[in-house]
Amino acid sequence: MDSGQLLLICAAGMLVVAAIAQTAAVGITGMRDAVAFGALVALGELFRITLPGNRESAPIATAGALAYALLLRVGDKPAPHSAMQVIAVTAVGMVVGALPHLAAGRATSIDAMARRLLAVAVVAFLFGRLAASTQIRGHWWLALAVMAVLVAVAFLADAVIAALIRAEALRARFGVALSDELRVQAPLGAAVGASAMLIAIAAEVMGLAALAVFIAPLLVTQLAFRRYAGIRVTYLQTVRALSRTTEVSGYVESGHSHRVSRLALAVGRELGMSEPALLELEYAALMHDIGQLALPGPIPGGATVLVSPADQAQIAELGAAVIRQAGVLDGVAEIVRRQSEPWRGTDPGPPMSSRIIRAANGFDDLVGSCTDRERAVAALERLRLDTSAEYDPGVVEALSRVAGRRSSAR
Amino acid sequence: MPRLSWAARIYVGAVVAAGGLVIPLGPFGGIAWPTLVVLAALYLICEASPVPISPRKHTWSAGSPVILAAVVLLGPVGAAIVGATAAFNTRRDLHVVRRMFNGAMWALAAYCAASAYIAAGGHAGVPTSTSFPAIIVPFAVAAIALGLVNYVLVITVLWLTPAEGPSAIRSGRQVLAAFVPDLGYAIFGLMMAALWRVVGPFSAVLVLVPLYVARWAVAQYVAQQEAHAATMAALCQAVETKDFYTRGHSERVSKASVMIAREIGFRAERVEAIRHAGMLHDIGKLGVPTMVLQKAGALTEEEFAAIQLHPMRGLEIVREIGFLDEALAGIMHHHERVDGKGYPLGLAGDEIPEFARVIGVADAFDSMTSARSYRGARPVEEALAELRKWSGAQFDPVMVDAFVAALSRERWQLPKPVAAPEGQPAPATTQDHDDPTTPLRVVTRGWLQGSSEPSVPLHDQPPNPSRGDRPQGRR
Repeated sequence: MDSGQLLLICAAGMLVVAAIAQTAAVGITGMRDAVAFGALVALGELFRITLPGNRESAPIATAGALAYALLLRVGDKPAPHSAMQVIAVTAVGMVVGALPHLAAGRATSIDAMARRLLAVAVVAFLFGRLAASTQIRGHWWLALAVMAVLVAVAFLADAVIAALIRAEALRARFGVALSDELRVQAPLGAAVGASAMLIAIAAEVMGLAALAVFIAPLLVTQLAFRRYAGIRVTYLQTVRALSRTTEVSGYVESGHSHRVSRLALAVGRELGMSEPALLELEYAALMHDIGQLALPGPIPGGATVLVSPADQAQIAELGAAVIRQAGVLDGVAEIVRRQSEPWRGTDPGPPMSSRIIRAANGFDDLVGSCTDRERAVAALERLRLDTSAEYDPGVVEALSRVAGRRSSAR
Repeated sequence: MPRLSWAARIYVGAVVAAGGLVIPLGPFGGIAWPTLVVLAALYLICEASPVPISPRKHTWSAGSPVILAAVVLLGPVGAAIVGATAAFNTRRDLHVVRRMFNGAMWALAAYCAASAYIAAGGHAGVPTSTSFPAIIVPFAVAAIALGLVNYVLVITVLWLTPAEGPSAIRSGRQVLAAFVPDLGYAIFGLMMAALWRVVGPFSAVLVLVPLYVARWAVAQYVAQQEAHAATMAALCQAVETKDFYTRGHSERVSKASVMIAREIGFRAERVEAIRHAGMLHDIGKLGVPTMVLQKAGALTEEEFAAIQLHPMRGLEIVREIGFLDEALAGIMHHHERVDGKGYPLGLAGDEIPEFARVIGVADAFDSMTSARSYRGARPVEEALAELRKWSGAQFDPVMVDAFVAALSRERWQLPKPVAAPEGQPAPATTQDHDDPTTPLRVVTRGWLQGSSEPSVPLHDQPPNPSRGDRPQGRR
């Protein structure tokens, strides 16, 4: 766990301690509401989902906590709970909901929980200040506007913190990480925000029944996202498995596709590619050797780098034709098709993903699964000294940084 | 726009007339006009932004909840007016007659729903906190009435339009399948109406955003699932580049396995799993050296062992794919025989997993009915006769019978003959390990010692049918 995550968890922890202390001292106002919303948060933590890119999310918990923060009235009675109480109830709910996961031995992402708590805390504090003014209580449209702005602020704060942590962990650029985070979280975030506002408002009309009623669409959304994330995982597993067919038939050294894809991903992140582009790069890197299946016999050692350019081009074409058959991977097919094109400094030249795969492929063909540092250095030298401008120097430099980090990590 | 029959014209005319009459006749008192304008605009926006819910271009829009909100807030005539705005749908490609029919249909449906609502004890107007929970029953009645009238009107027009005549019943089932979840979405109409008191028209935005996101999420999932299936199909076809004449084999085996599975009555998830198993069953063939696959003469024991390994190799490749579970057993054991003489483990009878028994039948059938380099395709009846002949020894009789029954209903599409690529002679096997009529000939060591069979380097001389070569080994 790195420094950013630790800082986050400490901040959240201190806040929780302060909130619980204060709430215990002052006493809970509106016990029934507190219990109901706390139960909703616990339920939401229990049913957390994982979005693509290994992002943990608990939409129902967040919606419930935000609704509790934005609550003005329940039925006809005002709800005067303080921001500290909101934080305390949310924290308790989260812990209760996380206990079954811990008991089952499932890893809990504490920094994700801390992030969610902090977002709710921001909204609770700000809204508490603003709700004190009578203007909001008088005009519904003002209250609505304030709620909407605060929810957006919470969403942004959450995204920024998540992007900071992710950029540090994955060595991605912050700007790219932030735009990726926003893109992935936007639909679910919109549903969560709207549901939170809805519950807060509907509680005035329907009382606590609003909680049960308005969670329904969020539940459907969450289920759909879970299945979506599941099938993304399956998709990657399938591509990974089927790309190993070249290895089983002896065309390619065992583990080659997997190593090339991991290398290409690291280089792509180093060069600041966005997540959708990284996904295409990963698929292309896994499947870049598929064209070799059409050859009558294996290339010795599977090293395409030792084969004539015309043959390399043919293999690339064959591979691209196979991938295009899927009908949904045309971008990937194009990357694979142009992977054998030399860089030559021409403008625009082959796409960045193709250049990355070419370099990663060349590197792995020379180094393989060997972890010897000297061999990696020698391979990089050979790529750098390439006089016919086969490889993009920028890509080779990024590759050397990635390889350097790997060998120093061992 | 197809030409309508007389019956259809009369029907459409009647609906349009009825819809048109409902509005001018009704009482206009008590309608909150600003609310009506807002709801009508909202309805138009919803209809203009449908969410695709399946790759077959079906779409969903939040139109029904908006109309139900109008039913509660505006009463019969107001709701009918909101429904009538369907005629002004912003889609460009709608014919005028179709527009008028849509508008009239929704106006009528809304009117009936609102009348049912009032008849069941509801009150038109903004609900107050005292309205709950008494409002729920009349609202449910209204929702059912709306859906019912809509369904009946649509079904009738589908039945009457000649282009869709014979398939109307199936479309009817599809409409019904869409009708039931629509009932579930009806509750959001009530929510919109309930919140109108507090936040006015903004309640619609708040209620609809999570709804749209939910539908969008479902659509994403469906799209990704189809993408996954397409990619798997493409990659399996890549496998078949090794042996030209078996193009499409995996897909056909998959299809045949699904036919058998459905006939036996597998659950939907298992049918899905066997579809994948059929697709991936021969992946392991890649682990067999090409020379062995293309060998013309009898195989040595080592070569035969290499072929026998392909189910295990296949398993190695696909083992890490998460959802396959039972399909893995099908892939690993698809060459077992009921009499126990199969490979790799020699399981017999019921020891063989069910999936494997199904795939075994499908595999053999397709290999017999497709053309090979050394023989043409066999007709379906002959292949079925072979299946029956070996049923009990190689194949499970239950599966064979199920397949025969399925084929009697659905014709089997024989694969088109595959054209050889220009330039190189077509690489092709001369023995098919799937074909039960031509079992692989294995030469044991003793025989080989005395054999005078020349050993020809095979990558130099693949048998080329166009040259009139006959596969070596056949005397």
